[in-house]
Amino acid sequence: MALRDVKVCLLGESGVGKSSIVMRFVSDKFKQALESTIGASFMTKTIFVDGSTYKFQIWDTAGQEKYRALAPMYYRGSAAAIIVYDVTRETSFQAVKSWVHELHRHGPAKIVIAIAGNKCDLEDLREVREKDAQDYARDIGAIFCETSAMTAVNVAELFDAIARLLPPEELGGGVGQTGGSTIHLKGNQGRKSKKCCGGSADGDASSQTGNRRSGAASRASANASVSYPS
Amino acid sequence: MAAEVREAEQIGNTSDSDSVQTELLETNEIPGKSENALLVATDSFEDLNYAGLTNGTLPTVSTSGTIHSLVKKKARRASALLDENEAAGDNTASSDETTNAVDQESSEVSGEDSQEDHLESRLTDLSLNETESLPEEIPMTQLIPTSSDIEDVNSLEWKQQRRHIFIISESGKPVYSRHGSEDKLVTIMGVMQALVICTHDFQKDTLRSIVAGDHKFVFMCRDHLTFIGITRGRESTQQMLLQLTYMYNQVISVLTLSTLTRIFKQHRNYDLRRPLSGAEKFFDNLLNLMDVEPGLLLSSVRCLPLDSSVRENISHSIVQHAKVKDLVFALIIAQNQLVTLVRMKKYYIHPMDLHLIINLINASESFKAAESWTPICLPKFDACGFLQAHVSYLDEECHTCLLLLSVDIEAFYILSECKAKIKERLVRYNALKAINDSLRRNSYSIQQCSISDLRHFLYKSRSIAQYTSPELEAPYHTKEEQQRLFDLYHYLHDRIHTSGRQLKILFHVGPYETLLGWVTQGFELYAVFGPLVTKTIAIHAVNKLLRWIKKEEDRLFILSSVTF
Repeated sequence: MALRDVKVCLLGESGVGKSSIVMRFVSDKFKQALESTIGASFMTKTIFVDGSTYKFQIWDTAGQEKYRALAPMYYRGSAAAIIVYDVTRETSFQAVKSWVHELHRHGPAKIVIAIAGNKCDLEDLREVREKDAQDYARDIGAIFCETSAMTAVNVAELFDAIARLLPPEELGGGVGQTGGSTIHLKGNQGRKSKKCCGGSADGDASSQTGNRRSGAASRASANASVSYPS
Repeated sequence: MAAEVREAEQIGNTSDSDSVQTELLETNEIPGKSENALLVATDSFEDLNYAGLTNGTLPTVSTSGTIHSLVKKKARRASALLDENEAAGDNTASSDETTNAVDQESSEVSGEDSQEDHLESRLTDLSLNETESLPEEIPMTQLIPTSSDIEDVNSLEWKQQRRHIFIISESGKPVYSRHGSEDKLVTIMGVMQALVICTHDFQKDTLRSIVAGDHKFVFMCRDHLTFIGITRGRESTQQMLLQLTYMYNQVISVLTLSTLTRIFKQHRNYDLRRPLSGAEKFFDNLLNLMDVEPGLLLSSVRCLPLDSSVRENISHSIVQHAKVKDLVFALIIAQNQLVTLVRMKKYYIHPMDLHLIINLINASESFKAAESWTPICLPKFDACGFLQAHVSYLDEECHTCLLLLSVDIEAFYILSECKAKIKERLVRYNALKAINDSLRRNSYSIQQCSISDLRHFLYKSRSIAQYTSPELEAPYHTKEEQQRLFDLYHYLHDRIHTSGRQLKILFHVGPYETLLGWVTQGFELYAVFGPLVTKTIAIHAVNKLLRWIKKEEDRLFILSSVTF
């Protein structure tokens, strides 16, 4: 079975819940008032989507300003970036835009961008309208969803969506299954997702992506075979 | 009055100190001494003088630090030899410093007995002399605007704090306050900065300390920042200065000296809280650590007691599996104690840097969640650059923490592999279990030394910059009593090191306990006895203690240095 390594980094302002999302995804746990991350922490999680195995290598970066200069180190080699904001804090949504800007300018060309509006369980305190964020995501061609690490809403789905939207991998010998010989994960920084050759596995039957919305319009050509229930 | 009489008697007693001295000199063997020094204490407490503090920036702003030399070495292998020689030269120079004799005077036993309050006043008198630049003392009440609406300053809780630490930028902007929010303390910080500036500008002098009643204000200006410590505890001015130096190092550890200098060069009134946001917990934790961890005062670290064979096994596992280019230090820390340290040849880690690392681990829960990769600047190693730290816990309970410090920013995956191998091997050889067992045993009890009337002690081996002390047991099991014990150690330490002339031996009879401090070229020993112990008994006991430590030294200290 093919195992595909996917490097993902989480970006976003301090305190929006990046680590909580990762914790929910990796170990399905939630801790109130998690401490702020120092530097960046690294975790892996393997999931099955549409018959393929994806090993997510997740870089959970610290949101504090002093670590900002380190971010390129993490997104440079990433196949996908999840930019997280806090739906109860307008400023954190503004920060998303500057991250997108930075990724467009300095990030890898084919990086999949996902925007996650976290803490969507706190409906009473909401400052960012879902529609605004969704419109913005559509404009820039990013995956979008509102998540809640606390109630586990849309966290697994977010990573599923990323797995689906990844451009197919171009392996050394050719495209497709090469019988588990794909272990080239270590010390392979700077590896970018190679160009698309079509034929990505397609299957929305197994998914339960719920209220997943995707605005992947601009990369439609690359991902025409991937569709999302909306 | 009675106290004075008794003190006089004690001094009279020193006449028999000749016999005592011969007894003291019998111990030629210094426990925990190692030719092959693991950590180099480049400066002893006495070196932490005011000298050099006043001339602003350190001379190392140029690209001459260790990290730069490592990077250069990478870039130009050919010319590397030169750099290495330089670095080696530096290191030998610094180790020479440690061999400085304490002082050449013949050792002296000074007796003293005093009631608590009596002592208090003496201490104050003493400190008053240190107020050099301010013409008259400023009462606390004048510093605090009582009628203002700044709530923190007026709150009783704030006023009653035993110690305050402030960091202010040169332009008077608040950077950090231990208690209360900086925003609400702007006024008092402004006043303090004004005092510093006025002294500097109008009197061409440097404000060092102010004593007002039972409060002591200590000032330290470094690299565009003013550090202010205020205490009503027993810390001496020198000891407060040491605490402020730790705070300064913590700032550098987060930002690096070059960034700090650059920031203030560009914007003199920059709000430093922005780049420091999130680092407050390191400052808070460091200050808390100072209250419970004598290692910071002694500028030395505590090792986890382990059989030397187990420790050897652990360090060999690291050497074998982490032989990676650009890896400078690999260390294991378990509950603030050093388990092992492997270093690159020619590079040493300073105890002050080690405390910053311990503080990093201690202050943060986030490392327990996953492997982490974070920049850290070690000011004594290289104040101008970051090392990259791979931080991970080796056991499920998150007691044993492995740190791999590299100069290669891309080394994470390689180090992550190293970590996996090291962990696998430590599990296979039951080393992790040994560490956990040792942690569970909580160091050792004073009773193991089987010396009656000895209640507690701190023993520091100067050559390896490591110390050992037994657990805190009754009567020092309550917070108040531990605080009092710490105050006693502070007092003893201060009397020996800084008040006027340095002493080698101090025998002090207090109302609740008798203290003996003894400093030689090889070690520092601070022992606390029950109140009825005489000088002769104490000296005997200390000799016995030294023999016990000598016997146990393989377990209590890391005596051999392991390099990659």
